[in-house]
Order: sequence, then structure tokens, then C-alpha cells
Amino acid sequence: MKVGVACLGSSLTDEVSPQFGRCPFFLIVDSETMKYQAIDNPGAAASGAAGPAAVNELVNNNVEAVLAGEFGPKAQHALDLAGVRAIIASGPAQQAVAEL
Amino acid sequence: MIIAVVSGKGGAGQTTLSVGLTQAWVNLGRPVQLLDCDVAEPNCHLFLPHQVSRTVPVPVPMPEIDTQLCNHCGMCARICEYNAILCTKDRMEVSEDLCHACGACVELCPQDAISETPLNIGQIIHATSGPAPLTYGLLDVGQTRAQPLIFALKHLIDPARINVLDAPPGTSCSVVETVRGADFICLVAEPTPFGLYGLQLAHEALTELGLPTGIVLSRMGLGDRRIHEFADQHGIEIYAEIPDDRRIAQSQDRGQPLWSVAAEYQDLLRSLAERIEQRVTSCAS
Repeated sequence: MKVGVACLGSSLTDEVSPQFGRCPFFLIVDSETMKYQAIDNPGAAASGAAGPAAVNELVNNNVEAVLAGEFGPKAQHALDLAGVRAIIASGPAQQAVAEL
Repeated sequence: MIIAVVSGKGGAGQTTLSVGLTQAWVNLGRPVQLLDCDVAEPNCHLFLPHQVSRTVPVPVPMPEIDTQLCNHCGMCARICEYNAILCTKDRMEVSEDLCHACGACVELCPQDAISETPLNIGQIIHATSGPAPLTYGLLDVGQTRAQPLIFALKHLIDPARINVLDAPPGTSCSVVETVRGADFICLVAEPTPFGLYGLQLAHEALTELGLPTGIVLSRMGLGDRRIHEFADQHGIEIYAEIPDDRRIAQSQDRGQPLWSVAAEYQDLLRSLAERIEQRVTSCAS
């Protein structure tokens, strides 16, 4: 499964971000092979509606689920609409994905 | 002539002053009108006997996506500055709360799949108070877009009159929208630390516009002299000082304007109005 991890850094050893919409990076991870790619979160610097901006980007990357410490109401609504599962997680990104 | 009454902090006395200046100009026999641009919470009309003549709804154009034509390319979602459009593989959604009705998505959609439909965000209420027209915007509950309503109000500016604009409190986009194009900015502040902070914010935001500016202090007797020092440092003149007078608070509570509190305030407002007029005239010539 392809998952998007809201992450404080650009590598799998970095921590899952406590926030979804405003996290600096997303790691697009294949949970079977643990291959990943880091992308910038366009929501990080958005003047408003960071959540929907982040969801648009993740939908472009075809993720089925996203991991973060917390999801805002606009982000939650957008994820529901896109049919992407929101999963609350913490700790190093690698470990959070492995625990799925 | 356009006079914008502004404060970086709410409760400083903008409405009191907007209404007071309007009444002073009426008293001086000048043609004047009051436009209450604090559309989220207009209150000038509470202090003026008035008669409403008509109410006009104000729409903004909302993008509507034709699902037959849309191929979910995502262009609209990418270019939307306000992240108001969500594009998924099989669904599109425009958030009415986030959209600023800028029209970029309509222009740039490669499929021409986006059209616009009007959405009412509030109304403009036309009234008259004695010889002075009183017009105010009233934003619908839950709406956050004040600017289109303020823009519509400012279409009613009459070059043959003195136009008094009561700005929303703060330094947001709606304040800048109100002030843009004014001939004079009247900054209202209390001589307290909060008042000074509000004044600093307003000055910082509005100094970019380069408009003639003066300060009116309210509730003098409170706080300290730091606002005077700030005014000196930045070369802004203090045009009037309204004392912290219990009679003013009492009359406000009864919905009566500063003008009716005492003859001394009528004198203060009249001389303030005349000074502003002189400043604007001298700037123009």
C-alpha cells in the first residue's frame, strides 16, 4: 500500500509530524518494500487551508492512507472526500509505517 | 473628499468619531454622508435616528464545475491561491468558505469546465439620517469575505460630498480595502499600552499607502504619554484629544452620540472636522 507520512524531516528515520496540514515534508512510502520519496508539502507555507492543499498534493501521488499526529477539520473533510484513510501516528516514520 | 476612520484595536472610538464627524459636518452645513464599512458588525446606525429606504443584496461569483466537461487535471486546485478547490480522481469540490471569487480557475481551466454562479454574502442597507445619507454593509452570519461588500459600499462614494468611512477594527484586508483611495486617515487610539500597540500596527500597515494621517486620542486621562512620544517620533499630528468622561460612556449606553453629550464636544468635533478639511484641501493644492 502507498502511504503518505506527514514528517518533520525528509527521511524515514525522522519523526512523524504532530500536524498534518502544516508539516514540512510528506514521505510517500510503499509499505511493502519501504521504498520512499520525500516531497515538499505545499500546505506548509499556505496562507490558509493548508489541509486541503496537502490533500491535493497527496491525491496526485496516489496514496491510500496518510499518517500524522493530528488532522484538522478541513483536512479531514478533504481526505474523506478523496477516500484516503487518515491514521494517527507518532514516533519515527519507518516504525509508524511498519506498525500498519 | 474621503475620510477613513481607523483603529488597530477595537473599542477605541471609531464609531463614536465617525458619527461625531458626520454630525459636525452636517452642523457646518457641508454635504456629507456616512458609509459604515465595518460590515461584520456595523453600528453607526445605532447612534443615529435614521430611516431605511432600501436593502440591496451583494453577490459574489462562485465557481461551479461542470462534471461532464471536467477531466480532473487538477489545474484549478493547483493555481487556487486560497486552496479552495479539492481535486480527486473522481470528485471535485469548491469550498464556498475558502473561495475569494478571484476568477483564476474560470480563466485557466483548460477544459472550460468552470462557470460562475452568484452567491449572496450580505446586503447593503441604504438609509438617511436628517440631511446625511447613512449606508452600511451587513455581512451574512458565517460569511468571512468582507471585502466585496466594502467594495460595493465604496461604489457609493459621492465626490460632491464629504464621505466618512467607518473602517473595521484591526489591520486586515478589509481595513486596507476601506482605506484605499481615502484623502485622509483618522487614526483613533486610547493612550494605553493596548492602544499604543493597535496604533503601531495600524500605522505600520497604512503607512505604505502614503496618505495624510492624523491621530485622535480617546479616553485621555487614562494610561500614559507614550502615544504622544510615538506621534512625535513618526511626525504624525494629534488632531484632537477626547477626555475619559463618564458622561460619554453613559450616553453611549443610551445609544446617544458624542455630539449630544455636551456643547464642549460639539466644539471639539466641529474644530476637528474643520482641521481635517483644511489638511485635505492643503494637500490637494
